[in-house]
Amino acid sequence: MTNLWTDIKNTDLVIIMGGNAAEAHPCGFKWVTEAKQSRGAKLIVVDPRFTRSASVADVYAPIRQGSDIAFLLGMINYMLQNDKIQHEYAKNYTNAAFLVKDGFAYQDGLFSGYDETRRDYNRSTWSYELGDDGFVKVDETLQNPRCVINLLKEHVKIYTPEMVERICGTPKDKFLKIAAMIAETSSPTKTMTSMYALGWTQHSKGSQNIRTMAMLQLLLGNIGVRGGGMNALRGHSNIQGLTDIGLMSDLIPGYLTLPREPEPNFDTYMSTRGFKPQRPGQMSYWQNYKKFFVSFQKSMWGDAATAQNDWAYDYLPKLDVAYDMLRAFELMHQGRMTGYFCQGFNPLLSAPNRKKLTAALSKLKFLVSIDPLQTETARFWQNHGEYNDVDSSKIQTEVFELPSTCFAEDEGALVNSGRWLQWHWAGGTPPGEAKHDTWIMAQLHLRLKALYQKEGGKVPDPIVNLRWAYADPNEPSPEELAREINGSALQTVKDPADPTKNLVEQGKQLASFGLLRDDGTTSAACWIYTGCFTEAGNNMARRDNNDRDDVGLYPNWAFSWPANRRIMYNRCSADPTGKAWDPTRKLIEWDGEKWAGYDVPDIAPNGKPGVMNPFIMTEEGAARLWTRGLMRDGPFPVHYEPFESPIAANPIAPKIRGNPASRVFRGDLEQFGDAKDFPYAATSYRLTEHFHFWTKHVQPNAVMQPEFFVEIGEELAKLKGIKPGGWVRVWSNRGSVKAKAVVTKRIFPIQCDGKPVHIVGIPLHWGFMGVAKKGFGPNSLTPYVGDANSETPEFKAFLVDIEPISGPVA
Amino acid sequence: MFPPLPNPSVQPVPPKFGEQDLISRSASTITPPAQRQTEVAKLIDTSKCIGCKACQVACLEWNDMHEEVGVNVGVYDNPPDLTPASWTVMRFTEWVNPETKDLEWLIRKDGCMHCEDPGCLKACPAPGAIVQYSNGIVDFVHENCIGCGYCVKGCPFNIPRISKVDHKAYKCSLCSDRVAVGQGPACQKACPTQAIVFGTKDEMKKWADIRIADLKSRGFKNAGLYDPPGVSGTHVMYVLHHADQPEIYAGLPKNPRISPIVDLWKGLTRYAGLTAIAAFAAIGVLHHLVKGPNRVSPEDEQRAKQLAGDRVS
Repeated sequence: MTNLWTDIKNTDLVIIMGGNAAEAHPCGFKWVTEAKQSRGAKLIVVDPRFTRSASVADVYAPIRQGSDIAFLLGMINYMLQNDKIQHEYAKNYTNAAFLVKDGFAYQDGLFSGYDETRRDYNRSTWSYELGDDGFVKVDETLQNPRCVINLLKEHVKIYTPEMVERICGTPKDKFLKIAAMIAETSSPTKTMTSMYALGWTQHSKGSQNIRTMAMLQLLLGNIGVRGGGMNALRGHSNIQGLTDIGLMSDLIPGYLTLPREPEPNFDTYMSTRGFKPQRPGQMSYWQNYKKFFVSFQKSMWGDAATAQNDWAYDYLPKLDVAYDMLRAFELMHQGRMTGYFCQGFNPLLSAPNRKKLTAALSKLKFLVSIDPLQTETARFWQNHGEYNDVDSSKIQTEVFELPSTCFAEDEGALVNSGRWLQWHWAGGTPPGEAKHDTWIMAQLHLRLKALYQKEGGKVPDPIVNLRWAYADPNEPSPEELAREINGSALQTVKDPADPTKNLVEQGKQLASFGLLRDDGTTSAACWIYTGCFTEAGNNMARRDNNDRDDVGLYPNWAFSWPANRRIMYNRCSADPTGKAWDPTRKLIEWDGEKWAGYDVPDIAPNGKPGVMNPFIMTEEGAARLWTRGLMRDGPFPVHYEPFESPIAANPIAPKIRGNPASRVFRGDLEQFGDAKDFPYAATSYRLTEHFHFWTKHVQPNAVMQPEFFVEIGEELAKLKGIKPGGWVRVWSNRGSVKAKAVVTKRIFPIQCDGKPVHIVGIPLHWGFMGVAKKGFGPNSLTPYVGDANSETPEFKAFLVDIEPISGPVA
Repeated sequence: MFPPLPNPSVQPVPPKFGEQDLISRSASTITPPAQRQTEVAKLIDTSKCIGCKACQVACLEWNDMHEEVGVNVGVYDNPPDLTPASWTVMRFTEWVNPETKDLEWLIRKDGCMHCEDPGCLKACPAPGAIVQYSNGIVDFVHENCIGCGYCVKGCPFNIPRISKVDHKAYKCSLCSDRVAVGQGPACQKACPTQAIVFGTKDEMKKWADIRIADLKSRGFKNAGLYDPPGVSGTHVMYVLHHADQPEIYAGLPKNPRISPIVDLWKGLTRYAGLTAIAAFAAIGVLHHLVKGPNRVSPEDEQRAKQLAGDRVS
């Protein structure tokens, strides 16, 4: 979230699209009901199904799954055509006026530089026009046809309300009604908040779904203001923490990137991470990258990371490709990955194409499952009749189940959607032999280290030299780890402006990441978290719920990264001269010398209005309506159909299947289904009664939703002779499931490209372990393809067929 | 936001009401207290309810009840009806508004309404099995219940359910044990959107007025409060978007009344019931004298535990 949960109460308009907050985030949803009740805010829900969120919405509009970009580019087109943008904001705070280099072009769904055989782009033309001074050229008059805003106008003009209706199936009158409501928030004194979740991410163009709404929000001036923002609702209490701490194959903590193979030494690595400002006077905060990186290396390897060995740069692996979940299972399937650790992870139900997953796991030599529950993955080898129909005698994988503790049995911080690091304390003692994850990881490390020390090995240093300065080496305490993540001064840090002044004494905790150094004198495991555990104590454990003037920021409750800032880009809440756009929704203002107000300013405290622009993390100083070569699939979003589309062809690019820049493995392409064989558009989702695959182990949750079902509309039920509560079989080109049928008015055919598209809804909470009835999940059916940028699987749009069956024999 | 109730003290506190505050007691004549306590009420705002069932789970957990894992019967309602263990269930109705042609998903939390004029209590022939406190709470006292089921017939909302295990009637107690120590009911505490609020009946009516004004501003011209006069008002009230048609909310009665049969037969059944009890007692004594005492085998014990779930263990 750019903003925070409690801030949603400040909004005038909530749009829930790409998510179902009432269903999946009922506790946070209270701030929506609060905004409605106390401010008279309106709620719009756009979804293929009439959801629980829709049940309390002011306006609901249907949309075919996988067509969100068309809808949103249609919105942008509407705003540009009807002059409903916040001009001062867009001109000053985005790259609207920047000039794009000649050579960049877009035609028939593709940008310049596409290579069909590699399914990838040569992105060399995707850059700005540079002046002789080395800075990007801009045209403040916005007249130049190569201005970003003019290219955007051209790019979106095909997305008329009629085209939106044709692609998305959203009736034109509904679309225009919503457009008029959204347009009102282009006023500097009106805001809209966007709440989304996996309904946008789990597509082969997930990143671009989100980006399109971000562009709309920027044009309306709704970023960095109270009651505005792009608010990703995270589906797990600590999934924000997972991303922050860099649990991806290509990241290290704090959104730093792991070296790649073409970067064999530190100098090459740093040569592409200079982040020089592209406009004069801009902060481009990533220029401090080296400080963050060196401090991370010091936290990992302490004294073994020295200036002489380039801060132990060689200890880091050099990636050839990203090892995301899809690639990992592909490699297993090919027999090239032979061992696998699952820590709090149940991929047999959460990765696509279950048949392939079972085959892949069966080829492993060993599988380790570290989990508080007995997961389906840990039991993938066990026959559970039709629910897990495997021949155990043919599977040689050795499985180790290490019972761990659940969130209520340990201490530590969880990072919520609003970037709050909230400390929690153990509420119970672990059952049986269950151990804290920290103990398990420490034991693995100590045993590996002993083996390396005894037997040597190819590269023992990263393991042998790992800094391990914990009171009890067998189990680092959460507090010790938190202090390490925050970081400390390894030597006294002096003020660069006045070397006689000490900023931090040796051995002290750092108060902010502004104190990090690239000379090895500071250590911090995750720079964005610096400030969470300072000399003042554990700031994550703060529980002061005072909120000056009821602004909704609660600055002394827990700790919000970065720097306890509650609303990101909050400089944008003020106009170019530094006065709040909306005096009733003030965040920070320029007082003539510095920025001050309710929140920690997201700008240099003395960053003069008119000189330093608000988006300090970008080299441009501006937000990007056009993203240069930063995304694999294009600087502007384009509507691409899902890989399995119910309509004949993409109306704006008939020759292109799916996202042309998405990676598709050989063998998976052949398994995509076509509408002639699989006529119905399926989507998967969660239900409020359950939490992923955990709560089917819990009696009361199992009572609330006991049994796997699929949802279809009354028309489809009639067409197929399916009875409410009866049994159905649903199948795709990859698998088949049996389920109870819920026949509902909340799902109905959506008219797209001249024909009705029937929707089949498939919730995902059932498996073959736990106390709920045994069942299947949508991943038995879903295609093996992910987002071009993040490799998040396309779980939200695929094709199936359905038929009534007699129930399983008891 | 409705001001949340403060968290409880960690020190034990004396209950705020008890036997001395009864205003009626089934099949008994009592002298009501001179001073009636402030009436309490739970307000359920259907326009803020998202049907998350947190209230159902909170009810199960606070009251330490064990419900069976059922099956899907083609709807979201689970369990599909009230049971002796499920004192509250969400009822989902898909309704197409004939005026706007828009679909509305009406979600109503069903459970005891705590009538000011409780039909269950009136119908009950067992002395002291159903009581009404002066704050408005209608509570079942299970040790006095004879499982006759008259309360089910007496209830205009079809709420009580008879257990097949212990043959006693069960329903929502409005968490009388929590209210007695200054807390709101468990369902209210668990509700994430303040669709359930709890306070004095006057406070709840005032809060409902604010909600109704908001709904009217959004085009629900018939929004209103459900506090039916046919049972002299209730201590569980609803805010409805369409208060003119309560029946569209899964059959919420438009004008609930206690069945006239209850009044007619009440006197007679009470005496018949008491006669029956006396007769069974006599048979029991006779049985004991002739056959000796009943012995409970360990197998019987195990079976009883299974049947009763957590309640016995």
